[in-house]
Amino acid sequence: MKSERFGPWLAMILGTLYFVVPLIATFEFSLRKRRGVYSFDAYQAVFADSRFIESFGYSTLIALITIVVGVLLIVPTAYVIRLRMPRLRPVVEFITLLPLVIPAIVIVFGYLRLYNSSSFLPMTASTRATDLLLVFAYVVLAMPYMYRAVDTGLRSIDVNTLTEAAESLGASWWTILFKVILPNVRVAVLSGAFLTFAIVIGEFTIASLLNRPAFGPYLQNVGANSAYEPSALAVIAFVVTWACMGLIQLFGRGARGSSAATR
Amino acid sequence: MAFLDISGVRKVYGQHPVVREFNLSIERGEFVSFLGPSGCGKTTTLRMVAGFEQPTVGTIRIDGRDVTHLPPNQRKIGMVFQAYALFPNMTVADNIGFGLRVAKKPAAEIGPRVQEMLQLIKLPHLADRYPYQLSGGQQQRVALARAIANKPQVLLLDEPLSALDAKIRVSLREEIRTLQKALGITTIFVTHDQEEALSMSDRIVVMSEGRMEQVGDPFEIYNYPSTRFVAGFVGTLNILNAQVVDAGTGRLTIDGQEVTTTRSLDGHAAGTTCSVALRPEAVALGEPATGRNSLRGTIEEVGFLGSVVRVKVRLGGNAISLDMFNSSSVSPPKRGETASVVFAPEDLLVLAASADTAA
Repeated sequence: MKSERFGPWLAMILGTLYFVVPLIATFEFSLRKRRGVYSFDAYQAVFADSRFIESFGYSTLIALITIVVGVLLIVPTAYVIRLRMPRLRPVVEFITLLPLVIPAIVIVFGYLRLYNSSSFLPMTASTRATDLLLVFAYVVLAMPYMYRAVDTGLRSIDVNTLTEAAESLGASWWTILFKVILPNVRVAVLSGAFLTFAIVIGEFTIASLLNRPAFGPYLQNVGANSAYEPSALAVIAFVVTWACMGLIQLFGRGARGSSAATR
Repeated sequence: MAFLDISGVRKVYGQHPVVREFNLSIERGEFVSFLGPSGCGKTTTLRMVAGFEQPTVGTIRIDGRDVTHLPPNQRKIGMVFQAYALFPNMTVADNIGFGLRVAKKPAAEIGPRVQEMLQLIKLPHLADRYPYQLSGGQQQRVALARAIANKPQVLLLDEPLSALDAKIRVSLREEIRTLQKALGITTIFVTHDQEEALSMSDRIVVMSEGRMEQVGDPFEIYNYPSTRFVAGFVGTLNILNAQVVDAGTGRLTIDGQEVTTTRSLDGHAAGTTCSVALRPEAVALGEPATGRNSLRGTIEEVGFLGSVVRVKVRLGGNAISLDMFNSSSVSPPKRGETASVVFAPEDLLVLAASADTAA
C-alpha cells in the first residue's frame, strides 16, 4: 500500500524539482550581483534601464492589439464553424495547429519574402506597417491556443439552440455574437488572451528579425552583454507569465454563469 | 383567410423527403399540436414556420404576409425549446427582457413588461437569479415568458415539456394552455406525447413519415382515427383479425365468435379477412347483453397500474387488452379464468386490410 503511494509522490517530486531547481538557481544567481551578499541590484539595474520599460511597454501594447485582433478573428470563425460548417472543423483545427509545426523563423522568413520593401505589399518599408506585420505574426503564433480555448468554451454551451433562441427573439447576428455567445465564452476567451499575452511578451525570433524593439530581443541583448541582469529579467518574465496564469484561474473561478452549459 | 397558412410545403434533404405536401390553415388564437413519433417531420415543419429551415417547395404566410424566405429574426415569432435555451450569462429578468431590448423598446416599457411576465409565470421573486439557479420547470416557465414578452404573432413550442419530470409536465401543460387562452396567441405545439396533445390542443395534426395522417380536434382524432397509423399511435388499441360474414349488416366473426359493427364494411366481401380495432376503455368484463357484442376467452395477464388494472383476455389467435378501474372492494380477475368481454357495436373500428384507411 505504502509503495503504491510512494510511486506517484516520487514522480511528482522529481517533476517539481525538474521545473523548480533551474528557477531557484536563476533567482539565486540574479541576487549575486553584489559580491559576497545577496541583493536586488540586478533588478534595480533592470528597472533603471529605460530600454526595459520601453521594450516591455512596446511588447505589452503589441500583445494587447494581438489579443483584440485574435479575438475578433477567431471567436466569429470558431462560432461559424461550430454552427454552420461543422464538417470543416477538422480542416480548421489542422490549420490552427500549423503554427506549432512551422517554426517561427520559417514564418518570419516567409513574411520577409512576401512583404519586403520591394514586394507588391511593402509592409516592412515603414515602422507602423512592420508593427502591424508583427501583430499579424503574433496572431498566427497564438492561434493554436486561442482557437482551442474558444472552441472549448463554445463546446460547453449549446451554441445552436442559444443562437436560434436569440434569432427567434429578433436578434441580429451581431447581437447574437456579442450579447449572447461572447459573454458565455468569456472565460475561454480570457484564457486564450492571457496565453497570447505570455507568448508575445517572451517572443524573440519574429520581433528580432523584423527589427522591432520588443521585450524578447531586449532580453537577448542584455543576456549577451551582462551576467546578472538576464537572470533578473528571466525571473521577471516568469513572474509576468505566472501572473497571467493566476488571472486565468481568478477569472475562471469568478465568472458566474459563463461557459455554463444550458441544462 | 387563416392567420397562419402553411401551403404545399415540402422539405427534402438530398434524396430523402422529410416533409411531404404539408397543408394547414391555423386560425388566430388557435392551439394546434403536431403529434407523431420521432422522425415524422413535425419538428422540421415547426422549424420551417420559425425560419430555421427553408421549405424545398411551398409557402408559409403569417397574417397574410409571405414569410417563407424571411429570416427568423424578422418573423415576429416566439419559440420555446426543449432544452430551455435560456442565456446563461443573463438573469431571469434580463432573459425575459432580451427580445424587448433587441426591439429597442424604451426602458420605461421594458421594466413593467418584464414584471408583468414574471407575475404571469408566478416567479417574480426569482427575477435576479441566473438560469443555473433554477429548476427545469422554472427555467421552462422563464423561457415561455421570454418568448411571449415581445407579443409575437405566433408562439412555437418545440417539445417544451419533454425534459421535465411527470408531475411538473402535467402542471406546466395546464399553465401553458391557460396562458395561451388568456393571451389568445396562435400556438403550434410539437410533441410525441399523445396525452399532451389530446389535453391541450384545439386541433391536432398527426404526422407519420413526413405525411399529415389526420387533422382534427382531440375527440375526433381519438374516436374516429382515419388511418391505421392514427388509430395505433393515439391511445392503445387492440387490433384483431376478423372474418366478414355479411358486410351489409356489419356481421363478423372473431376467432369463430360472431359480433357486429356499426362501422362500414364496404368493400369487404363475405368470407374475407379484415382488421378490426377496439380501444381498451371501450371493452369491459361482463355478461352478454342484448345489443352488445360479447366474446368469450381466458384471462391471460393481469397488470396492476395503480388506478387501473389492465387485463388481457385470450380469445384464440386474438387477444384483447382492457382496463378496469381499481377498486379495493372488487378483486381483479385471476389468470386462467374464463371470462366474457363486452363492447358496443359502434366501438368496433374496421381497418382496411391493404390501404391504410379505416372506416
